[in-house]
Amino acid sequence: MRIRAQVAMVMNLDKCIGCHTCSVTCKQTWTNREGTEYVWFNNVETKPGIGYPKHYEDQDRWHGGWQLDRKGRLTLRSGGRVKRLTRIFSNPDLPSIDDYYEPATFDKDILVGAPAGLNDTPVKRPHSALTGEPMTVEWGANWEDSLGGAHERADQDPNITGMPPEAAAKVKFEFEKTFMFHLPRICEHCLNPACVSACPSGAMYKREEDGIVLVDQNKCRGWRMCVSACPYKKVYVNHATGKAEKCTFCFPRIEAGQPTICSETCVGRLRYLGIVFYDEDAVLAAASVKDERDLLDAQRDVFLDPHDPVVRQAALDAGMPEEWVEAARLSPVWRLISEYRIALPLHPEYRTLPMVWYVPPLSPVLDATGAAGRDDTDADDVFHTIRDLRIPVEYLAELFTAGDADAAAGVLMKLAAMRSYMRARTLDGTFAQELLEGIGMTGEQVEAMYRLLAIAKYDERYVIPTAYTKDAAALEAQATASDGCSLDCEGGPGMGGSDGIKAVTERFHLVEDGGDGGDTVHVGRRELVTRRPDGRMGLTIDPTRERS
Amino acid sequence: MNTVVWIVLPYLCLAVFVGGHIWRWRHDQFGWTTHTSQLLENRILRLGSPLFHLGAFGVIGGHAMGLLVPASLTAALGIPEHLYHLVAVWAGTVTGVMLIVGLVLLIARRLVNGRVRRKTTSMDKVLYASLAVMVGLGMAATVVVNLFGPGYDYRETIAVWFRSVFWLSPRSDLMIDAPLVYQLHAIGGFLFLALWPFTRLVHVWSAPLAYLWRPYVVYRTRRGPVPTPQPSPATVREATRR
Repeated sequence: MRIRAQVAMVMNLDKCIGCHTCSVTCKQTWTNREGTEYVWFNNVETKPGIGYPKHYEDQDRWHGGWQLDRKGRLTLRSGGRVKRLTRIFSNPDLPSIDDYYEPATFDKDILVGAPAGLNDTPVKRPHSALTGEPMTVEWGANWEDSLGGAHERADQDPNITGMPPEAAAKVKFEFEKTFMFHLPRICEHCLNPACVSACPSGAMYKREEDGIVLVDQNKCRGWRMCVSACPYKKVYVNHATGKAEKCTFCFPRIEAGQPTICSETCVGRLRYLGIVFYDEDAVLAAASVKDERDLLDAQRDVFLDPHDPVVRQAALDAGMPEEWVEAARLSPVWRLISEYRIALPLHPEYRTLPMVWYVPPLSPVLDATGAAGRDDTDADDVFHTIRDLRIPVEYLAELFTAGDADAAAGVLMKLAAMRSYMRARTLDGTFAQELLEGIGMTGEQVEAMYRLLAIAKYDERYVIPTAYTKDAAALEAQATASDGCSLDCEGGPGMGGSDGIKAVTERFHLVEDGGDGGDTVHVGRRELVTRRPDGRMGLTIDPTRERS
Repeated sequence: MNTVVWIVLPYLCLAVFVGGHIWRWRHDQFGWTTHTSQLLENRILRLGSPLFHLGAFGVIGGHAMGLLVPASLTAALGIPEHLYHLVAVWAGTVTGVMLIVGLVLLIARRLVNGRVRRKTTSMDKVLYASLAVMVGLGMAATVVVNLFGPGYDYRETIAVWFRSVFWLSPRSDLMIDAPLVYQLHAIGGFLFLALWPFTRLVHVWSAPLAYLWRPYVVYRTRRGPVPTPQPSPATVREATRR
């Protein structure tokens, strides 16, 4: 057993209202720069829908993630090492910018500079952020928000095309019959990351201490294999710097014991952050399980019980501080995944062992219960409906349990039982023991689960120990030598360095004047010579210099 | 004049080539990238890029064979001069055509596609222009002089001069009588080497062959100082209440 800790997240989808606050704050923090206009480390999708980038879940098309080869060995779906290196000159699986969307900006001068007394309201028109030409906005990261355009496209959702035919045949996207929910997505920081495994230059890595997956901006050579290998399409090409970028799990905040910015600003309080212990030696076997439907349990089995004294001692022996062992014991993520077993991984069949899990939404089921003329407050009726409903349970199963509808239904039953139990307890003061027997949980557990899901206090949602190092002395020496962060280069995600302020993305004036400089705003302009984070001076080789 | 062109210039260019790479590696690893634009345009690149790169491999291999392998060695191995010539000219022409078609496609997509055009830096333009000139001169030498023309045995002159530069006893006399197109191609070649470290061509040295052997998942320990723990909102609330 080789014990490691992983910072993981669980999202309670029942509480997501699709407000996109997480996406906006994430973008403001990380990707509001030139080259990353189209990049959303965090995006919120409406399901059913084809997602962002379009059809990203269709692995027959993008060849992301892992699969078992004929001999049952785990290989990247895009092929072996040699095959992938031969495709380095032109990656056949890389999405184009149009699969994401063409980023647009607006000529705000039209509004600001409009003369008084106009008869017509001045209108700012969208211009392409890539070419500067006027454009028609035809797609975006949340184009399908709340089923926008679902009547045209939602039946192309890979989770629907993957359903059993008789279930898929029942899907009718007529307005009165639709169901929907929001699905916020960030990088999964997988235990068996396909992006890291596909990176030819070894620039992508998983951190030993907390499992966060990062791109070393100084080592990335822009081979773009990570982008296509990630089945969740959560690694992006920065087309200004020519390097790959991805969700960082806000590691500077996590290291300081703070939640990620998407979690911190989540209005619905639906995100949970905590650490889980896992056995690194068990990862490969768990990812190589033959039957896709066994993957969920195999992934659960990789986690180690933080209450087990043997595990706690192993963690201490591995150099983890007491604070981490204690945080693992209190981890809300561990409770939701392993104790209550109501959190499920997104697409376990990709075999990456994702570390952002989801409590599936009960609300679309309850809506369906009501629509079927049953009582959505009656646990029995809800149970029956869950059993009877092909949709959305089959749909949720495609997303979270590799198509195992019983596993998905089991989680929904727990959630429904919890609601009924708490309703009876609160309104009538009675304890519905028969509900507990159905789901195999104790009353204390259900109440604790209710508190975690419904009350969701800040300190209980986020249990994040501060960063540590095995060799504190070496670290102190490093700290005095340099306080730079590897992402703090010009144009890099950290955007620090000497002229961090100047690295602003959007220009206010879209059309530049002849060049007298009077009306032109030069943001993002860099000097010929700059001081690098290591303190040395050097010529700025900057791909974006020409156009500012 | 001969000394300047055939002795000083090569050494100057080689010095810039070596020094430039050291400087770039030390100061600009962040800019050390292929600078892929496949995201922005894939239709032409899908054909142009593999053609260009495979053609370039062939052309580089051909140059290594022609310049670094002495004629005496092939003769000792029993390879007839005629056979060598035939292979060199035809392989050179085929890979050269691949290179040219690829290069034309790659330049075309930078001109035609507005998205890629906007991302093309002036260094890219210099690089594409010099590549075009070099390939043009090289093809002229192969096709015009050797395939359809009278032929020229560069192995007895240019190759010897080229090797002599690296043996530190440069023989400029060998280059004086070479045809003009060969002379220009040789000068251009050294100038091209001097340009190399300042362009995206540095990605050649990062060809990821080590990927074939390394384990799939890379782990690294965290670097950087331990951050100061931040107080939770509840603690802040408590503190401000007093």
